[in-house]
Amino acid sequence: MIKLGFVYVLAGLMFAAFAVFSATDRANRKRWGNALFWGLVAVSFLAGDRLGDLGNGVLVLGLALIAGFGFLGRGQPIATSPAERVSLAERFGNRLFLPALMLPLVVAIGVLLLKPVQIAGVPLMDLKQATLISLALAVIVAVALALVLLRQPWTSPLQEGRRLADTIGWAALLPQFLAALGVVFALAGVGKAIGLLTTTYLPVDTRLAAVSVYCIGMAAFTMLMGNAFAAFPVLTGGIALPILVGHFGGNPAVIGSLGMLSGFCGTLMTPLAANFNLVPSALLELPDRYAVIKAQIPTALLMLIVNVVLMYVLAFRQ
Amino acid sequence: MLILLGVAVIVVGFAIRLNPLLVVLLAAMTSGWFAGLSPLQVLAAFGHAFNENRFVTSAYLVLPLVGMLERAGVRERAAAMIAGMRGVSAGRFLISYMALRQVTAAVGLATIAGQTQTVRPLIAPMAEAATEVRDGPPAVETRYLVRAMSAATDNVAVFFSEDVFIAMGSVLLVVSFLTTAKIVIDPLRISVWSIPTALCAFVIHGARLLLFDRRLARNAKP
Repeated sequence: MIKLGFVYVLAGLMFAAFAVFSATDRANRKRWGNALFWGLVAVSFLAGDRLGDLGNGVLVLGLALIAGFGFLGRGQPIATSPAERVSLAERFGNRLFLPALMLPLVVAIGVLLLKPVQIAGVPLMDLKQATLISLALAVIVAVALALVLLRQPWTSPLQEGRRLADTIGWAALLPQFLAALGVVFALAGVGKAIGLLTTTYLPVDTRLAAVSVYCIGMAAFTMLMGNAFAAFPVLTGGIALPILVGHFGGNPAVIGSLGMLSGFCGTLMTPLAANFNLVPSALLELPDRYAVIKAQIPTALLMLIVNVVLMYVLAFRQ
Repeated sequence: MLILLGVAVIVVGFAIRLNPLLVVLLAAMTSGWFAGLSPLQVLAAFGHAFNENRFVTSAYLVLPLVGMLERAGVRERAAAMIAGMRGVSAGRFLISYMALRQVTAAVGLATIAGQTQTVRPLIAPMAEAATEVRDGPPAVETRYLVRAMSAATDNVAVFFSEDVFIAMGSVLLVVSFLTTAKIVIDPLRISVWSIPTALCAFVIHGARLLLFDRRLARNAKP
């Protein structure tokens, strides 16, 4: 059975290669910072289970200090010039898209066809992690295809991967940091405290007020916690079930569904949803790290109003 | 209530643009402290959770593929493809991308595209090229706007459509939470009630993209 461990070893080796290539990159003034940063990530993937909790904590502290004190630079692997890329693009034409299309194709095959496969009663892959395992397999297939089809140097996937990793920089690790923060917050009872404040002090005496408080609360709470999954149980348990369903007799399927979608409006507006909002800014080399959030805010606010209206109209039909 | 100071650390830290990795660690320390945990205990808890969440970062396995394709000219090719089209604009191009992304996400294929593997190498360069087709070479600020809108469109499309698929994590979370409250519901009903939102998202963000086109045209005029 293919498990998550396979994905971790692959990722560990990739980050280890980024570290080694960073160390040899004399064009980057801060190359040792980059080498150490990606090296620590590699250690986490390859040996994280053997470091112990405090060991992992120290590793995390190391990552934060390297990033926080500006020891990360941007590597400059020797690559093609813009003019060369234009002529390569003309030469290869649409063949360039084949590996890019291979990726979703293999992911889809993995998720839809390979996931149910069993060999002698044992599933081919860990069912809970089928998407990530399929993605890892798809990357291997697509990189192999691209190497054959586009005849690039064999080190180029790793060198170019490092270039992109340096482009994203510390933001690459932020989503995982925030996931860990969510766990510590839960341990400290932060969610419960905010939930208590929301459910105690907000007006919920009319149907429209209660619907608005629940939807806007979901969005606001999601903005503070960084994801709607953390907000949903607190506010649904605190407001939706006792008041919207219990008192006003609303349809729980409509309320649950639109409550979650109201939370997603919040996700679009918070830097704490880093993988959706901050990583793209880094990837697209935008000088304002909040540029993507700013582009999303009008849609998010309008959609929040839509969700309030839909819940008010759809949840209470008899 | 003092544990909420951790949230305050996050809000202030992000607002004054300190390095987010440090801010996050500081916030964990703050809330942990007021919950009666020593800094070492917080560090251990954080380390444990960090290790358990490595799958989040393993999505970067696509970087080598994307990087190599860029080296071979995939962004230039994508832009050239758009440059050969007539009547194309950034807004209209992003609307068609959004439609495709919403439909595929609704049938459970939310992971076939994304910011790293699609928006950076293909969608953003294509949207920039579409702007150029109509309005001539854009100013650098306009390029930034178009790129940010490309990323935003991908997020909006996925967020409001993925719940139409019944096996989505968020749908299952709603169902399991309601079950703990003794309300038993078929996941299909959660999915069905997210369809109106998906349609509204297409209309609202689509309208914004058409307005975005106008704004780009205005920006282009000297």
